[in-house]
Amino acid sequence: MIACDLQAEAFGVRPGMGLTAAWSFAPQLCVWPYNQASEHAALEGIAAWMCRFTPRVSLQPPQGILAEIEGSLRLFRGVAALLERIRAGIDQMGFTATPAVAPTARSAWWFASAGRESLILDRAALETALAALPVAVACDGPDALGLLRNIGITTIGELRSLPREGVARRFGQALLDGLEQALGEAPEPRDFFAPPPRFAAKLELPGEVTRAEGVLFAARRLLVQLEGLLAARQAGVRRFLLILLHREVRPSILEVGLASPGRETERFVQLLRERLSMHALIKPVEAIRIEAKDFVPLHGRTVDLFGGSQSESESWARLVERLRARLGGGAVHGLGLRPEHRPERAWRPLAPGERPPPEEGGTGARPLWLVEPPRRLKESGGVPHDGGPLELLAGPERIESGWWDGGEIARDYFIARAPSAALLWVYRERGTAGAWYLHGVFA
Amino acid sequence: MKTSLVDILSQHSVWRGGAPAPGPGRTVPTGFAALDRELPGAGWPSGALTEILGQREGVGELQLVLPALAALSASGRRVVWLAPPHLPYAPALAAAGVNLEHLSVVRAPGRRDGLWAAEQVLRGGGCHALLAWFHDIRYAELRRLAVAAEAGQGAFVALFRPAQAAREASPACLRLALEPGPEGLAVRILKRRGALVARPLGIKIERPVHALGGTSFSTPCARGPVARPCPA
Repeated sequence: MIACDLQAEAFGVRPGMGLTAAWSFAPQLCVWPYNQASEHAALEGIAAWMCRFTPRVSLQPPQGILAEIEGSLRLFRGVAALLERIRAGIDQMGFTATPAVAPTARSAWWFASAGRESLILDRAALETALAALPVAVACDGPDALGLLRNIGITTIGELRSLPREGVARRFGQALLDGLEQALGEAPEPRDFFAPPPRFAAKLELPGEVTRAEGVLFAARRLLVQLEGLLAARQAGVRRFLLILLHREVRPSILEVGLASPGRETERFVQLLRERLSMHALIKPVEAIRIEAKDFVPLHGRTVDLFGGSQSESESWARLVERLRARLGGGAVHGLGLRPEHRPERAWRPLAPGERPPPEEGGTGARPLWLVEPPRRLKESGGVPHDGGPLELLAGPERIESGWWDGGEIARDYFIARAPSAALLWVYRERGTAGAWYLHGVFA
Repeated sequence: MKTSLVDILSQHSVWRGGAPAPGPGRTVPTGFAALDRELPGAGWPSGALTEILGQREGVGELQLVLPALAALSASGRRVVWLAPPHLPYAPALAAAGVNLEHLSVVRAPGRRDGLWAAEQVLRGGGCHALLAWFHDIRYAELRRLAVAAEAGQGAFVALFRPAQAAREASPACLRLALEPGPEGLAVRILKRRGALVARPLGIKIERPVHALGGTSFSTPCARGPVARPCPA
C-alpha cells in the first residue's frame, strides 16, 4: 500500500500495509496497481511546467520537486504570488501539492514531506523551525528511524542535541550530512532538470469517456503541462497531436494545427474543441496522449510600435486556425495570380499568410465567377442553350495553350447573354464537333 | 431633470421618417453616387447585416459591392468570401482593383458550418468585410449573425440570398433586391434605416459588353466576326 485517500484512512488503512491487511480493514477498498514509470512521467511533466518559473528545477523522486525561486521573486511579484500561481497550475494539471519555502533545498523538502506548508525566509528562523520537525523526514530507511524512536528521539532538535560521533557511528554519516545540508552548513550539489525538446504525456482517464467534453477536460490538464514546458524552453509549437486510446481498437490520432507558433493553453483548448467537434468518438476513450515536437523559438510578445495592425493580423491568424481546425486544412485560402493563358490556371490558391506575387498585366474581359469545372451546355442549331438560347455578344477570344504539359486547350471564348439577362462566359472547343461549355459568370 | 426633444433626436438610436436616418456607426462608401444618396450614412453599414437578394446570378450582383471591396482591400482591410457559389476569379478581381493580398476565401460545405464560420469571422476580428452566401437561413440564425456583427469590430457584412427571401422578415438593417435594369442594375431598397424608397434605383455598373451588344473593351485575341460564333 503506497497511498490511500482520507476515506480509506477512516477505516484504518495506512500506507505501508500489505494488501491483505488493508482489505481486512476495508473489504470494499478499490485498489489500483502502482506504476512507477507513470508516476515518474507525471513528476517530469510537473517539473517541466515548473521550469517556467525558474531554470533551476530538480527532481526529488518519487514525489518531490525542488525549485530555486530566489532569483524569480521579483519577476513574479513576491513569494506569495508565485506560490499562488504554482498552486493554481498544479491544481489545473490535476495534482495537489504541499509547497514549502526554506533557505536550503533539503530543509524545504523536509518541511514539504512532513506536510508543513512553511514559509521560512531566513536562517535563524530555519533552525528553530527545523528543530520541531519529526525525525522521520531525515531518515532514509525504517531501521534508523526505529532505532531513534527506541532511544526516545522524535524531533530533529532532539537529534541535533545528541553527540555527533555517536550519531555518526550508530546511524551513519549520511544522517549528519543531511542535517548539515538542511541547515546550510554544507553544500548540497543537485542535478537540475533539463526540459526535454519534445512533449509526450499520457493521462489515464478515471473511467471510459464517450463525450468530447470529457476528453477536452482531461486534455486541458496535459496542455497546461505543454504550455509550461514551452514557456521553459521559450518555444512554441505549430501543431500537436491528441491521441485517443481505446480498449480494443487502434488509437485515433487527431492533429491540431496552429496558424502561428503558440503556447497558450486556452488557445490549444479552443482549437482542440473545434477539432473534437468534427470527430465522432467511435469508441469509449480509456486514456489520452498529447504529443508535440518541433518546437520553434517563441519569445514574449512585443508591442507593435503603432499598435493596432499587429493585433489585427494576430486575431486574423487565430481566426484562420479556428476555421481550419473545424472545416479542414484547405478550407481557408487566398487568391493569387499566375502568368498563364489558360483561364483555369491563371489563378492559384494561396495558403493563409502567403503573399501573392506582384500582379501581372491584364487580359481580356474576365468574369468574377469562374465555374469550375466548366459546365457542358446544350446546343441546338449551333447555338448554346442555358435556360434558353444564348445570345453571343462578344468574341471570339481564342485561347490555345498548354501543348507542352499535357493540359492542352483550344477554345473560342464568347460573352453571351442568357434569356435571364445574365452575362455568361462560354467557350466552344475548337474542332469538328466543338461542344459548348459555361466557364464563367459576369456577376 | 429635463430632457429636450433636440437631445433625444440627436441620439443615433432615434430616426425620423422622411430622410435616411444618420447611420449609427461607420459606413463604407458604395462607390455609386445614386446608391450612396439613398443609404443612411451614405454607404454600406458597418457592424450590421446587409442583404442582397437576387433572382439569378450574372446580373452584376458582385459589381455592386466591388468598389467597396476594392477600397477596403487597397487600404489593407481584410475581405472574406464565405461559401461562394463559384470560384471568385482572381484575374477579374485584380483587374477591378481589388488587392488580392487582403482577400480570403472560406469554404464551408455544410449549412451549419457556414453559419458557424460566419459567426467566427464576425466575432473573431481581423476582418472588415464579409461576403457570405446562404441558400436558406432562418430568422433566428440571421438574428444571431446580426448580434455577432454588432459585437464585432464593425465589418461590412453582405449576405447574398435568393430573391424569394424578400418575403421573409429579417433583422438585417439594409435589404436590397437586384434586377437587371436598362443601365445595368435596378436596385430596390426593401428596407433601410429611414423612410422607404418606392422606386427602384438605376445603378450603372461595369459590364463587359454594353446592353445593346457593342463591346466596351477591346478583345485582344478576337478574330473573325464579333457577336457571331465562328465556324470552326
